[in-house]
Amino acid sequence: MPEFIPQLLQQFFNGLSLGAIYALIAIGYTMVYGIIGMINFAHGEIYMIGAYVGLVTLSAIGVSAGLPVALIILLMLIVAMLVTAVYGYAIEKVAYAPLRGGPRLVPLISAIGMSIFLQNWVAIGQGARDMAVPALITGALQVDIGDYTITAPYSRIMIILVTIVLMIMLHLYIKHSRLGRASRACSQDLRMANLLGIDTNKIISFTFVVGAMLAAVGGVLIALAIGKLNPFIGFLAGIKAFTAAVLGGIGSIPGAMLGGVLLGLAETFAAAYISSQYKDIVAFSLLVFILLFRPTGLLGKPEVEKV
Amino acid sequence: MASNIKSAFIAAVMAGVIIAPVYGLQIVRSGMETHIEPEWDLVLIGMGLVFVFQAFVRPGLARLLSLRSGTFRMPVLNDKARRGSIMLLIAIALIFPFFTGRAEVDIATLVLIYIMLGLGLNIVVGFAGLLDLGFVGFYAVGAYTYALLYHWAGWGFWEALPMAGLMAGIFGYLLGFPVLRLRGDYLAIVTLGFGEIIRLLLINLYEYTGGPDGISGIPKPTVFGMPMARRAPEGETTFHDFMGWQFNNMDVIIYLYLMALALALVTLLVSSRVIRMPVGRAWEALREDEIACRSLGLNPTNIKLSAFTMGAVFAGFGGAFFAARQGLVNPESFTFLESALILAIVVLGGMGSQVGVILAAIILTVLPEVAREFAEYRMMIFGLVMVLMMMWRPQGLLPMKRPHVELK
Repeated sequence: MPEFIPQLLQQFFNGLSLGAIYALIAIGYTMVYGIIGMINFAHGEIYMIGAYVGLVTLSAIGVSAGLPVALIILLMLIVAMLVTAVYGYAIEKVAYAPLRGGPRLVPLISAIGMSIFLQNWVAIGQGARDMAVPALITGALQVDIGDYTITAPYSRIMIILVTIVLMIMLHLYIKHSRLGRASRACSQDLRMANLLGIDTNKIISFTFVVGAMLAAVGGVLIALAIGKLNPFIGFLAGIKAFTAAVLGGIGSIPGAMLGGVLLGLAETFAAAYISSQYKDIVAFSLLVFILLFRPTGLLGKPEVEKV
Repeated sequence: MASNIKSAFIAAVMAGVIIAPVYGLQIVRSGMETHIEPEWDLVLIGMGLVFVFQAFVRPGLARLLSLRSGTFRMPVLNDKARRGSIMLLIAIALIFPFFTGRAEVDIATLVLIYIMLGLGLNIVVGFAGLLDLGFVGFYAVGAYTYALLYHWAGWGFWEALPMAGLMAGIFGYLLGFPVLRLRGDYLAIVTLGFGEIIRLLLINLYEYTGGPDGISGIPKPTVFGMPMARRAPEGETTFHDFMGWQFNNMDVIIYLYLMALALALVTLLVSSRVIRMPVGRAWEALREDEIACRSLGLNPTNIKLSAFTMGAVFAGFGGAFFAARQGLVNPESFTFLESALILAIVVLGGMGSQVGVILAAIILTVLPEVAREFAEYRMMIFGLVMVLMMMWRPQGLLPMKRPHVELK
C-alpha cells in the first residue's frame, strides 16, 4: 500500500479532533449571530475560562484521590458548563443587553472590551503564565496499516466522541423542545416572535448560555488533550471558531459544525503539507476569502438589506 | 423593594460563581499535581459589593440619572471652542519639552505617535464609519518599510518616509478594494484577519524580516543630512559638530519629539481640511445612510476606499517614525491589542472628534505611565472602560458638534 494513504488518515484524524473543538466554539457564535446579529467577540474567552474552571475542578478533586477517571472528567465538564453558563448569562446582561437597538458597531466594541477584560481578569487571578494540566488520559490507539502506524491518542478520540454526542443532543433539543422552537422562531424574526408572545430576552439569554456551555466543553477537552493552558488561548481560538461559523454560514447550526470540521482539516493539512508556521495564515486567509466570495457561507441564507 | 432584594441576592450568588474559580480557588502546582488554595475573602467581598450595588445603589442611581438627565449635559464642542482648544494644545506642546525632563519628553513623543495613529484611524472609523480592526497592520507596513529599506538598501529616514506612507497606502488600497463592499461587522473581522496575516507573515518570512527578532540598529532621522549622534560615520559631520555644540542626549530626544509634533500637526491639518472637502462630506454621508448615498449617485466603494487608504497612509508615516524612534522593529509591537488601543483612543475621544482623539491619546498613554504600581491591572481596567463607555457615552468624551439645521 502506498505510504501516503495512512499518512492522510493520520492527518484526517488530527484535523477532525481539532475541528471538533472549533465546531463546539463556533456554535456559540452562530447562535448569537443568528438571533441578535452581533459578533460576540468575548466568546473565545468563555472557552478559555471553561478550560480554567475544568482545571480548578480537577485540582480540587485531586488526580490521586482514587475516583475513576471518567467520573472526574464528567465532573470537570459539568462544573465548567455551570460556571460558564453564569458567565455567558452575566456578560450578556452587563455588556450587551443595555446596548441593544443602537448602532451595530457599539456592541462589537463593547465585546472587544469585554474580551480584553476577561483575559486579564483570569491573568490576574490565576497567573498569566502557562499552566500545566495533569494528564488524566494517557495512551493512544495505534493501528498498523502496512509499515505505517496511525496514532490516535485517547484524549483526542474523546474530543470527537463527546462532540458528536453533544451535537446530536443540541440538534434534538433545538428541533423538539419548547425553548429550541422559540429560539428558532427568534432567529427567523426577532420582533415577530416577540409580538407572538415569546419572551425574547429569555431566548437571547438562553442562546448565550448554551453557547457558553458548549465552548466550555471545548476548553476542558482541549486542556486535557494538550496538557497546558494560559489566559490568552481564547483569542486565537475564538477568531478561528468565528471563521468556522462564517465558513459554514453564520446563523446556521449545522453550518457551524460543518465549518468547524472543515477548518480543522484545512489547518491540519496545511500544517502537514505546507508548513506548520503557516497554519494560522491559512485559517485567516480562509476567513478573508469566504467573506469576500461567499459571505453567506456554505449553508447560510443570504441576508437581505432593508431600508 | 422585596423583589429588588431578591434579584440582588441572585446577582450576588452569580457574582460568587463568577469570582470563585478565578480568585477564590488559586491553582497551585505541587510536583506533578496541582491542588487548590482556597481564599474565600475575595469571593465574599465581591458578592457583598454586588449585592449592595444591585439592591441599593442601582435604584438610587437610576433615579438620580432620570432626575438630572434634563439639565445635565457633557460639553459638546462647537467650531470656535474646537479651534481655540487646538491652538492652546499646540502652544503647550511647543514649549513643553524645554521645561521638563527626559522621561516626560519621551512619553510625550509616544503620545504624539498615538495622536497620529488616532487621527488616522479617526478618518476611517469616525468619519467613514468603517470599523477597522487591523489598523496596526498598516502601522507595521510603515515601520517595516523603513526598516527593510534601511537594512537592504541603506536608505535614510527622510527618503524612506514617503515610501512608508506610499507602501501603507498601497496596502490599504489593495486590501480595501475587495473588502469594502462588506457590511460593518464583517468588515471589522476581515480587517482583523488582514492585520493578523501581516503580523504572521512578518514572523514567518524569516530571511527578509528577521522573524520574531525583527530588525535592529535602525538609525534616527538626520537633520538636513547630518546625523544626530555622538559620532558620525566616515566622511560625515554630526549635527552638534556643525553647530559647535556639545553632544547631549537630551537634544536627540527633543529633536525626535519636535519631529513627532510636526508629523502629528501635518496629520491634524490634512485630516481637518479633508473632512471639509466634498470627499469628507461624502464619508460622513455614507456613514449615516449608505442606501441614500447610492441613490444620490455617490459611489460607495470609491468613497470608502479613499478613507481607508488615507487612514493607512497616516498609519504608515506613524510606523516609519516609530521604527526610527525605537531603533528596532519586531512583530511583537503590532499585535491586535495595539489595534484595540488605537480604536479605544478614537472611541473614547468621540468618533469623528479630533480634539477628543487628542485628549484620549494623552489620557490613555499618560495614565498607565503615571499609575505604574497598577500596571498589572492596566489592561483589565482598559477593557472595562471600553465596555462602560459604550454603555454610558457611546459618542465619546468630546463628541463633535455637527453643523445641522433643525425645524422648529
